[in-house]
Amino acid sequence: MDWGFVSATFDKLIGALPLTLAVWALSVILGALVAAGVTWMRVSGSKPLIALARAYVAVFRGTPLLIQLFIVYYGLASLPAVRASVFWPFLRNAFDCAVLSLALCTAAYQAEIFRGALLAVPPGQVEAARACGMSGLILFRRIIFPIALRHALPAYSTEMISMVKATALVSLITLWDVMSVALKIRNDTLVTYLPLIIAGAIYFAVNYIIGAAFLGLERRLSPHLKPRPS
Amino acid sequence: MGGLDIFGFGPGGWGFALLQGAAMTLLVSACGLLIGATIGGFVAWARLSGALLAGAAGQAYAALFRGLPELLIVYFVYFGTSTLLTAAAHAAGYEGFVGVPAFAAGALAVGVISGAYQAEVFRAAYRAIVRGELEAAISVGMNRALMFRRIIAPQVMRFALPGLGNLWQVALKDSSLISVTGLTELMRVSQVGAGSTHRPFAFYLGGAALYLVMTLATTRLFDAAEARATRGMRRAAG
Amino acid sequence: MGLKLLTSMIVGASVAAVLALAPVALAKDWKTVVIGMEGAYDPWNLTDSSGKIVGFEVDLANDLCKRAGVECKVIAQDWDGMIPGLKAGKFDVIMDGMAITDERKKEIDFSNPYAASPGSFLAPKDSPLAKATGAGTVINLDKDPAGGQAAIKSVQAALKGKTLGVQVSTTHANFAGQYLKDIATVKEYKTTDERDLDLKSGRLDAVLEDLPTNMATASKPDASDLAVVGPEFIGGVFGPGEGMGIRKSDADLTAKFDTALAAAIGDGTVKKLSEQWFKADLTPR
Repeated sequence: MDWGFVSATFDKLIGALPLTLAVWALSVILGALVAAGVTWMRVSGSKPLIALARAYVAVFRGTPLLIQLFIVYYGLASLPAVRASVFWPFLRNAFDCAVLSLALCTAAYQAEIFRGALLAVPPGQVEAARACGMSGLILFRRIIFPIALRHALPAYSTEMISMVKATALVSLITLWDVMSVALKIRNDTLVTYLPLIIAGAIYFAVNYIIGAAFLGLERRLSPHLKPRPS
Repeated sequence: MGGLDIFGFGPGGWGFALLQGAAMTLLVSACGLLIGATIGGFVAWARLSGALLAGAAGQAYAALFRGLPELLIVYFVYFGTSTLLTAAAHAAGYEGFVGVPAFAAGALAVGVISGAYQAEVFRAAYRAIVRGELEAAISVGMNRALMFRRIIAPQVMRFALPGLGNLWQVALKDSSLISVTGLTELMRVSQVGAGSTHRPFAFYLGGAALYLVMTLATTRLFDAAEARATRGMRRAAG
Repeated sequence: MGLKLLTSMIVGASVAAVLALAPVALAKDWKTVVIGMEGAYDPWNLTDSSGKIVGFEVDLANDLCKRAGVECKVIAQDWDGMIPGLKAGKFDVIMDGMAITDERKKEIDFSNPYAASPGSFLAPKDSPLAKATGAGTVINLDKDPAGGQAAIKSVQAALKGKTLGVQVSTTHANFAGQYLKDIATVKEYKTTDERDLDLKSGRLDAVLEDLPTNMATASKPDASDLAVVGPEFIGGVFGPGEGMGIRKSDADLTAKFDTALAAAIGDGTVKKLSEQWFKADLTPR
């Protein structure tokens, strides 16, 4: 086992981790914003808005992320209308395309999580709050949001981890993330498995940390659900 | 040729190629799901058996393949199966190259990933079986094989259907990653068409539309199967 | 439903798995030779609308195999899996416009070159590369180091701050890595199609590729604003030419093809094919 090679490979892969994490973080945040909008449309009560929200979720959950990514990166760039538009400086850039595409995809899944979380808020609590005179923003902030958040956390944690795994796809649109660098090392040195194994270990570690962080958050927010001391 | 001509079925039209790609996608996803069911069944059984080592191994399998990017697993399985088989063949005295077709490697990759999630679905489905029925079966004198065949398996399938329906959709989408191995499933055909005709927007949008049709159609099928399988069952919520 | 279906599904999957894993045996007495090509590298090799692989290398391979007394079979293989595929035994020969380089010679053997195509730039007609030193001429980096240096310097100036596209693991990528690393942004692509799409959409300011391939791209109807511009290079990091990649352990196969190739060059077959597909005679001298 050539430890020098292992160490050099590890260094190169860790060097690509910031890009992976940047794509992940930005797409998750942007996706949350879009998802909030979609969820708002879904609970708005307006038939056309509900239909639009349902269509959005169906389309972005019903098609592979890879093809969505290629539509945004290669497809849009081939349209003269897009190249002439005000969005071109962003869409020209592979990183921005990656963030946009991943965000649109995660928004569909996050919207479903938000919807499920909102449905889990006991109607009785909302009624009681209204009876006390709460409404609008205060009602959301003090009653709905905390309860919904607790219900959303487990599913949200899974989605965050899915998004880390999804970032590996940006290697297919010329971005130098951990996956790309691992494959390049394989191409250059013809050592097939070691770069992939080390890359796998890095992804696994990141996912483990995220999972543990969310678990900790869940425990903190639900002290009433912890097992009683014996 | 412009407009929608490229999707036509005449000479130079990509209609047939795209449909063949879609058929290949369905086939490789279905095989992947079956392989996943086999693996998931084993892992669930290992975890439910109560044996410490088997349980830990099952848990490790599930954790590993849920924590790694699907694209990485596809590459690994694609590179690895040929090497493994060739090495095994050499050990058995067989000279030369043992080729693993991209289809087999792709289905295996999808199956390996799906299996990790299917294990959870099967485990939950098993736990949903009323204990009383199992006790009754034992008291009536059924041996384990008979109990499995008549009590456990049918109910597990029934309870697992919703989760499996979901995982089928996931398998369908994961199959698009097999395109990197060169298998001519739908994603790959869209890619080749887009590159060859320099019309990426049309081809990737068309491919996405086909995926959507497949997803919606097969969801209907699963819903119908669920309705049939749960007929006569009492449920808490409709 | 239930158990019967489950059992038959498992049996079906097992049978399918066994059938799918049929081993492929390769003959050692060279009755059939399997050749790996991309099928996406116009005009060296390309896939026509019926799915068949055609091109300069297909015609050349058929000719050489006839001379060598073997039967050829061409299979498609992605570029980045070419050398691993050869070494694993998926095919016996690589013919994919692969340049002979010392790096590659460490892993595999090469036949003598069957073409000597220069590396060239494809860019919009008004690119600064069009005015670079040595534009439109072929400069041999081994035989004319001074001219080479001048041309490279002027290319560096023309591409300063711009974006250049190349295919991964090629001599073009090596050239870009060696001379343009901190001067221009170099983007590497798995396939030439994806790279050319980015050139057309304006993400890339120029592409570095084999001359015949660039000329084929520029001749397409939707490339009216693109042209082959700037100096063309041979030798140096580009190597002496393109050859057949063969496993080191198959020296007898290399010898067979070298003999056949010498004959094909000698009687003008290579020149004829080169002019037919490349519109120029790129036979190595």
